[in-house]
Amino acid sequence: MFDMIRNVLKNMVSKPATRNYPLYKRPSFKDTRGRVGGNDMEKCIFCGICSRKCPSQAIKVNKTEKTWEIDPFKCVICGECASVCPKKSIYMDEQYTPAAYRKEKSILVQPSEPAVSDDRVIA
Amino acid sequence: MPKTVIPFGPQHPVLPEPLHLKLVMEDEKIVEAIPAIGYVHRGLEKLTEKKEFTQNVFVVERVCGICSAMHALAYCQGMEKLMGVEVPDRARYLRVIWSELHRMHSHLMWLGLLADAFGFESLFMQLWRNREKVMDIMEETAGSRVIISVNIIGGTKRDLSEEMLAKIPAVLDEIYKDLKQVESVFLNDYTVKHRLVGVGVLSAEDAHALGTLGPMARASGIRMDHRMTGYAAYGELDFEPVVEKGGDCYARTVVRLKEVYQSIDLIKQAIGKIPEGEINVPVKGNPNGEVISRVEQPRGEVLYYMRANGTKFLDRLRLRTPTFANIPALLKMLPGSQLADVPILLLTIDPCISCTER
Repeated sequence: MFDMIRNVLKNMVSKPATRNYPLYKRPSFKDTRGRVGGNDMEKCIFCGICSRKCPSQAIKVNKTEKTWEIDPFKCVICGECASVCPKKSIYMDEQYTPAAYRKEKSILVQPSEPAVSDDRVIA
Repeated sequence: MPKTVIPFGPQHPVLPEPLHLKLVMEDEKIVEAIPAIGYVHRGLEKLTEKKEFTQNVFVVERVCGICSAMHALAYCQGMEKLMGVEVPDRARYLRVIWSELHRMHSHLMWLGLLADAFGFESLFMQLWRNREKVMDIMEETAGSRVIISVNIIGGTKRDLSEEMLAKIPAVLDEIYKDLKQVESVFLNDYTVKHRLVGVGVLSAEDAHALGTLGPMARASGIRMDHRMTGYAAYGELDFEPVVEKGGDCYARTVVRLKEVYQSIDLIKQAIGKIPEGEINVPVKGNPNGEVISRVEQPRGEVLYYMRANGTKFLDRLRLRTPTFANIPALLKMLPGSQLADVPILLLTIDPCISCTER
């Protein structure tokens, strides 16, 4: 019984083990699997390995239209897409997904390459 | 005396998981207990037939959050046996470290929940504060608090850096010190002993006949622990299962308390012996044939049966979790006990209903 009293007294003078959460946030550890941060569309080659390896079929890749989309509500944040990506264009974010109002997919489109002006023809 | 039926659960403050017990009562004494499960069935066994065998690692991890590393380990070990993959030595040791961390956080959580069930709020807080240190190690090393996703077929996905290998024993020493302080409350406190000693006695014969597993069996004096077979790297570590003779709630508490110390010891041993080298080997081809794989979880032994047909998809995956095997023992203990003891009795089998129903 007295062991616990000693413990209680110690806890009264020591600082709390909890944080005042919304005001003080603990920084995430390095390489925490928070969420799939996105896909660097400059590097993506639309091979589709990520969509085939995804255990929850959250990723859709369209090679002809050059789009890459992820459904964050299907994603189980296993990090498999980022680890299998041959170009390492998919990256993980250390922050967890914030709450959302609508179930929206995140669709990324590769910017079309700037038209190469062929000066020789004009000249 | 007329009999009354009191429903216990599926929602009850002592247990966040939905186990429904119909308690047939005579006054305050239980005459019969009728269990009902099926409130959180998710059909994960069926789902594994729809996913590729490599993706199934992520499915089986989600059978249970508390012992996710062990579920993945059991599945991966089975698949490796089927495909003839030799896991690198370092990966075997890493698997032990993460498994024991899982066992630690599960037992600390359970001890806290038990303290909460007999109304010792401050003890509950003490234990969960310590558990948080384990969770932080898990997040720092594996990237997530519970579903750590480190095991893959052929090894592990992540490695432990030199820095972490030095940090983990230091944190474990802290936990050891803190736990030693509250240990005597569980073991010697008059009120706590009054709630635990002699409640729900399960003899060794009954425990054996009913097929109990894990800490339940060990508290009844059965020396049974699947880690003794030396899977992963357990064979190379100095290990002796914790066995108690009492068979009551007190003995089960003591077993789990001592297993936390044992896990600390095993992790330190594994860190001391961990060899350098690769952490995984590439796996080629598809599995064919059938295999049974067993692993010791915090709650007991989990059994995986897998049948593959040479394609990417499995024919069947069947898993038996320890709680399922321990429910008959609970039904044996309940008749004859008082209604006020039901929460304690239920907790001492450490039920994981989402495991049981998959």
